[in-house]
Amino acid sequence: MSKLIINRRGLLKAGAMGGVVLAAPTHFIRNAYAEDMSCNMPTGDTVVFGFNVPQSGPYADEGADELKAYQLAVKHLNGEGDGGALATFSSKALKGNGVLGKKVAYVTGDTQTKSDAARDSAKRMIEKEGAIMITGGSSSGVAVAVQSLCQDMGVIFMAALTHSNDTTGKDKKRYGFRQFFNAYMSGVALGPVLAEAYGKDRRAYHLTADYTWGWTQEESIKNATEAQGWETVNAVRTPLGAGDFSQYLTPVLNSGADVLILNHYGKDMVNSLTQAVQFGMREKQVNGKNFEIVVPLFSELMAEGAGDAIKGIYGTENWNWQLDTAGTKAFVQSYGKEYGAPPSQAAQVAYSQAILYADACERAGTFFAPEVIKALEGFEFDGLGNGKTLYRDSDHQCFHDVLVVQGKENPKDKYDTLEIKKIVPASEVTYDPAIFGGDLGPYDAKTCG
Amino acid sequence: MFSNLSSRDWTMFLIFSGVVLAAPVLFQPIGAAYPAILQKFCIFGLFAIGFNILFGLTGYLSFGHAAFLGVGSYAAVWSFKLFTMNVVPAVILAIIFAGFFAAVIGFISLRRSGIYFSIITLAFAQMSYNLAYSVLTPLTNGETGLQLSLNDPRVIDHMFIEPGAGLPRTNFFGIDVSGGGLSGFYFTAVLLIIGFYISMRIFRSPFGLQLKAIKSNQNRMRYTGYNTRPYLIAAFVISGVYAGLAGALMACTDPLAGAERMQWTASGEVVLMTILGGVGTLVGPVIGAAVIKYFENIFSSFNDNTLNQFYSFLPEPVREAFVTVSGLFVGEGWSLTLGVVFMLIVIFLPGGIMEGVRRIASLFKGGNKGDGNAAVSGHPQAAE
Amino acid sequence: MDALILQILNGLDKGGAYALIALGLTLVFGTLGVVNFAHGALFMLGAFCAVTFNKFLTLETVTLDPTQQTPWGTAMEIRTPVVEAYLGDFGAVLINYSVPVSVLLAIPVMLVIGIVMERGLIRHFYNRPHADQILVTFGLAIVIQEIIKHYFGANPIPQSAPAMFSGTAQVGMLFGLGDAIPYPWWRLVYLFFSLAVIGLVFAFLQFTTYGMVVRAGMRDRETVGLLGIDIGRRFTVVFGIAAVVAGVAGVMYTPVLPPDFHMGMDFLVLSFVVVVVGGMGSLGGAVAAGFLLGILQSFASMNEVKSIFPGIDQIIIYLVAVVILLTMPRGLMGRKGVMED
Repeated sequence: MSKLIINRRGLLKAGAMGGVVLAAPTHFIRNAYAEDMSCNMPTGDTVVFGFNVPQSGPYADEGADELKAYQLAVKHLNGEGDGGALATFSSKALKGNGVLGKKVAYVTGDTQTKSDAARDSAKRMIEKEGAIMITGGSSSGVAVAVQSLCQDMGVIFMAALTHSNDTTGKDKKRYGFRQFFNAYMSGVALGPVLAEAYGKDRRAYHLTADYTWGWTQEESIKNATEAQGWETVNAVRTPLGAGDFSQYLTPVLNSGADVLILNHYGKDMVNSLTQAVQFGMREKQVNGKNFEIVVPLFSELMAEGAGDAIKGIYGTENWNWQLDTAGTKAFVQSYGKEYGAPPSQAAQVAYSQAILYADACERAGTFFAPEVIKALEGFEFDGLGNGKTLYRDSDHQCFHDVLVVQGKENPKDKYDTLEIKKIVPASEVTYDPAIFGGDLGPYDAKTCG
Repeated sequence: MFSNLSSRDWTMFLIFSGVVLAAPVLFQPIGAAYPAILQKFCIFGLFAIGFNILFGLTGYLSFGHAAFLGVGSYAAVWSFKLFTMNVVPAVILAIIFAGFFAAVIGFISLRRSGIYFSIITLAFAQMSYNLAYSVLTPLTNGETGLQLSLNDPRVIDHMFIEPGAGLPRTNFFGIDVSGGGLSGFYFTAVLLIIGFYISMRIFRSPFGLQLKAIKSNQNRMRYTGYNTRPYLIAAFVISGVYAGLAGALMACTDPLAGAERMQWTASGEVVLMTILGGVGTLVGPVIGAAVIKYFENIFSSFNDNTLNQFYSFLPEPVREAFVTVSGLFVGEGWSLTLGVVFMLIVIFLPGGIMEGVRRIASLFKGGNKGDGNAAVSGHPQAAE
Repeated sequence: MDALILQILNGLDKGGAYALIALGLTLVFGTLGVVNFAHGALFMLGAFCAVTFNKFLTLETVTLDPTQQTPWGTAMEIRTPVVEAYLGDFGAVLINYSVPVSVLLAIPVMLVIGIVMERGLIRHFYNRPHADQILVTFGLAIVIQEIIKHYFGANPIPQSAPAMFSGTAQVGMLFGLGDAIPYPWWRLVYLFFSLAVIGLVFAFLQFTTYGMVVRAGMRDRETVGLLGIDIGRRFTVVFGIAAVVAGVAGVMYTPVLPPDFHMGMDFLVLSFVVVVVGGMGSLGGAVAAGFLLGILQSFASMNEVKSIFPGIDQIIIYLVAVVILLTMPRGLMGRKGVMED
């Protein structure tokens, strides 16, 4: 922050009152008086985290998973339970006595998977309940909306489920951090696997949810598959929540395409995949090849919702509980003992984001937001499940291994729906942050309005 | 000039203003005294007051009012992006756009009445929502919502000042409106009071009477030589302007505009707010709005921890039972509670919350004096 | 050519679904004069009849085996099917046919739900303003929805069509087009099912004395009442029928759309649009509007159309609704004076 800022409020006032434009500078550095105070710095013996997850609406189950993981993380941070992945975490700053000696408390709220509701809920946590950081969410629209709110209020936002390139691309913010992977990484990871499984001479037909996340994913997958020699026959946009996709599916049948790529998420994906299978697309032969369906972004809950339709379908995941890393095992054991079921990727991203924030505070030695941000930027760690991970400083995106998964043909139980086909190393999915543009904005601390 | 307001009206207005302005203190005990929710009370109060001018007076049930709210929000955010962070131009621009949009839609949809009218307005709002979410993304930024960015032109602001490193906040001639803080609340509160005053004047004016006459018998109005359409369109545009103003205030206190604001659920919400509070009453819609927003924001925030604290005076086993049972109705169960409240109120208090208030008041007065703002309760309605 | 035939099939299929959902709604509108925002919830309840039946058939006893551990650190669960095992081969057949069998189950269940709803709640709102009806039925819809969510979660629960109908039919054979027009068997079944149900409801109203009285009640309730007919009881039955129609529509739709607690709300607005476009108080209108909107929606989604009017598939239903209501004051077949004020 070398730039000097003119006191614009005073100027506006003056300008409005007298119509005079002052040329003489009345410089001072904004918030110079608040050098080490940021929004909601804890004063007592507790520090409050805000867990903002969908509790109503179609993503309520994902929200419930996230919340469980957050509660588990709080337990571990406060030294209760078995400590979970804290033992395998490469940073040893956390001591199990809370964060910086303060016990972790938490507040919860319902995002309803709507930007307005999510921002209302985040504001409540910040203004009323004194939350020092906000984490959660299950869609990119919500993540981007809450992230910009947090930037404005000077509260750190640790995004959970958000897959759009925009979150750490065009809409990236200094106060927003994302551990989850993005559509670009899905494409890069998936492309070679698809080419290997289905051949390089393929004609793809995209059905894309008609909103920003869908578009970024369509573009990313298109680029990745075309780089493998595939041809894109058509890319059709479908309205969000269409329910019945038959009118979009039938044109695929005789289009000459031999792969259908469904850029849908959640209920849309469950419906479109179920219906595509009913249209006989799995048994079809086109151009002398088996017709295939690809769903670039998977989640365990979607796999469960789609039932048998998911079998044999390729897709990507941020993380899966069957992954063979020490961090994963520790976390899965801990979560399983607590809740009697293995965690979903939503739970894992939530858990690690909460731990990462706490650890950054501990390493920074303060809750002062700009220092915590600096502690997170460029932080390299391991042992939270995803393997070696870098929190890149230039866009606050985590880079770790990405999983290519396939719907399992003969699942052992209802948690065994997806099978890891390939672990794509972080180095292969790393990209130049400049390709998505965006600007992180300043570090300067705010004192809650 | 003020002859059409009785002293009772003035008392009500003063009490209303007093309660609104003192809300940051009064609402402390129920945990709703922080700026964000107080702003939402005011904004949705305004929205519902405006809706009530159409629905409460003329009986025309619009199911697409959220479209005007959305248009107002988009207009306001564009004003912040293109011109200045001052809220005054944003509010004016939002009112103009929403008013114009309402005039067009009102002109078309008021050719029909009853449920046909409702469905036409619903259809317009849903079209706006669907297009804003997808095809109109360059204008609305679709799913993500229209936001400020560092490289917005903001031509007027840039003539006077060097842009700072971060995003600026909206302001009222230098006083911050966005970014939390009570100044934002007082900005919305003053507009709510003004909006309430105007609505009161409309209710008591000859124009208001004519609208009420349309509701009770449109045909008779026509026979007496009145052309009802201009009155209806005027009422529609006025309520559209209120919605646009509410949308602008949402953008002022929090500069973001999303397409979800135009979805049918949002239109439905204002219908529910108005009915819950009391259709055709002056204060009812504001109360209805506050109740629904309170449930949405506060009830949804209770979790087992909060419940355990709440019941901490109880012995352990009893407490657990209480926590389990009440846990169904708070947190993720907040909408269940809302549904139950809807049903209870409408079953036991036809005419909404204001009916309850009236009943209590008449208990104290020892007799029903009959109120000038009698709601539609008891209004005879054919089954068809 | 094949693309067109496929879209016509899609349109008919959608139309059948829309008409079936709208049918009960318009029945309640037309006879009882009640704006029932809980109609979508009835559709959803029907779907969950199928889910419940399937869950019952696949009930398992769970015993814990502490000697073995799951990868997530709990004792291994040993699951043994109960009902299926008890019923033997018949159980397997039942599971295969659980969706169509659920229709038989849903009929009495939905009838009871409908009657209870009418007697307990709706009846008291006949003479209340529409505003009150909206609020109370919307509240009821939320309550039903939240209860379902509490027991079944928010995630969709897949239901499969019987194996016999899970493939595709080569409809093209009929037109001599070879195998260019594969269409899912289940969707064809759904289409015929919806036509059959619509036919049954019409026949009931047209050819039975009971139906005649109901139709008379739709025209003029007071006069029918004056004739000494207990119209109240008939209305209860009408509401029950509406609930049954919505419920079986829900059951049969589950293989196409994995049901979740929210599916009723998703269809609510659409069904209102269909009813009103059809014209208030007209059953035929609702059916016609259902098929019209279904077919138009299918055609609007074709790439050729979308390239000329981008986004047209998103708004076509509403656009058509506006155009029809502006050109025909009471929708396709609405009667004068019904819900016009």
